[in-house]
Amino acid sequence: MAHRWTNTMTARDVTAERHWLNRRQIMAGLGGLAVAGLAGRAQAADGLTPNSWEEITNYNNYYEFGTGKEDPARYAGDLTIAPWSVQIDGMVDRPGAYGLDDILSKMTIEERIYRFRCVEAWSMVVPWSGFELADLLEMAGVQSGATHVAFETVLRPDEMPGVSRNVLEWPYVEGLRLDEAMHPLTIMATGIYGRDIPRQNGAPLRLVVPWKYGYKSIKSVVRVTLTDKEPPTSWNKANAREYGFYSNVNPAVDHPRWSQATEREIGGGLFAKRKPTLVFNGYDEVASLYEGMDLTVNH
Amino acid sequence: MIADRINAVTRRIPPWPLYLIAVLPPVWLLYQGLTGGLGVEPIRALEHELGQLALKLLIAGLCITPLRRFAGVNLMRYRRAVGLIAFFYVVLHLLVWLVLDVQIPSQIWADILKRPYITVGMGAFALLIPLAVTSNNMSIRKLGGRTWRKLHRLAYGAALLGGLHFVMLVKGFQIEPLIYMGVVLVLLVLRLPFQRAPFMRASG
Repeated sequence: MAHRWTNTMTARDVTAERHWLNRRQIMAGLGGLAVAGLAGRAQAADGLTPNSWEEITNYNNYYEFGTGKEDPARYAGDLTIAPWSVQIDGMVDRPGAYGLDDILSKMTIEERIYRFRCVEAWSMVVPWSGFELADLLEMAGVQSGATHVAFETVLRPDEMPGVSRNVLEWPYVEGLRLDEAMHPLTIMATGIYGRDIPRQNGAPLRLVVPWKYGYKSIKSVVRVTLTDKEPPTSWNKANAREYGFYSNVNPAVDHPRWSQATEREIGGGLFAKRKPTLVFNGYDEVASLYEGMDLTVNH
Repeated sequence: MIADRINAVTRRIPPWPLYLIAVLPPVWLLYQGLTGGLGVEPIRALEHELGQLALKLLIAGLCITPLRRFAGVNLMRYRRAVGLIAFFYVVLHLLVWLVLDVQIPSQIWADILKRPYITVGMGAFALLIPLAVTSNNMSIRKLGGRTWRKLHRLAYGAALLGGLHFVMLVKGFQIEPLIYMGVVLVLLVLRLPFQRAPFMRASG
């Protein structure tokens, strides 16, 4: 069942890409109060303006291609993304290798403009397209005892120059609680700006969980496993003190090495101002998933 | 011999042009940052580039004595310039962090106290201040050569803390900062007393 979540950011914000500068200049020129209604609307949209294609596709963390932010854009070109299949297994009624085309023929692709907050205290707004993870899980038939979902990124040393270094334990793995996975905000993205998702952003299929730090949104997914245990996750294995299983965006819980209270939006140039980070990255509708939990302990 | 040839050349080249050349990389980086050459997040890039430049120069400064001792290459007359330029880059690195990166004064002090890698980095900076202040002939005369040389061993601590600062700030297990740290450690081990022949002990 698609369309369970409605964008507060609309498609208009995306198609306006070529107009951003113009609009900003116009807003600066209007000077505010005389057109308060119009200004208010444009201001709100302005705060949620998606980053440019250039920004989204040239500042990536995808350590399989190197630890530099521009390494993925530089070195991901050799990754074979077709044919692609996803192994769905574990506690499902219909386990198997699902071809991507087969999956896509059954899914409804929608556009989701989400804030994206990296654990490194920078952020972007990305106009994803994709389908709800819940729909994929329903396709495979989740069995009643399942409580968690585990994900795995493709591992191809020949096509991924970064994996020759053990920055992390490969393959990259991630996990969600089943209710997080079934939440309508959680999507499997296949595109950005209506174009196929580029390799450096996790082609051809990646998870996007907008209220969690970016590393939870695992890229180039080849395996989805339903389980009744909390699955291991890559960054948690590397440093459990710094990276918890939940990794919900939370300005009140600092990373041990830096504050999470503020973030810098990519694209502001050399003099970009920091802005406050929002609880759950602004997606308050997920708060009920964590009722009664101590989010400092379960960070 | 190559060393003699290098020494013959360097005898003729004074150190002062180094100070002029040293201004070029930061100016170039700033220009790149303003024009998109440092990518879509220029603040971090500028901060990291300046920090790495500073660490490289601290290491270069530590190379000068072993080069003379073990290879006979005498670059001693450039050591002060290398050290002062390293300090200049550390100051710029710190300014980028304060003004462009953290921005919020109350958070700066909190970060220095709370974040070990920043504490360590500030420690390196603090050790370099007395060295920069006394990097002139008058100070050497005032302090006396022996005291001055002792004081300037703080450079070892600064390089060590600088390397540690880099090791501590990366995510995951990364090789590059460990290489820097390894080079610093080797350069310090070369200075341990058992490495020296007794007749060289006086050369500092």
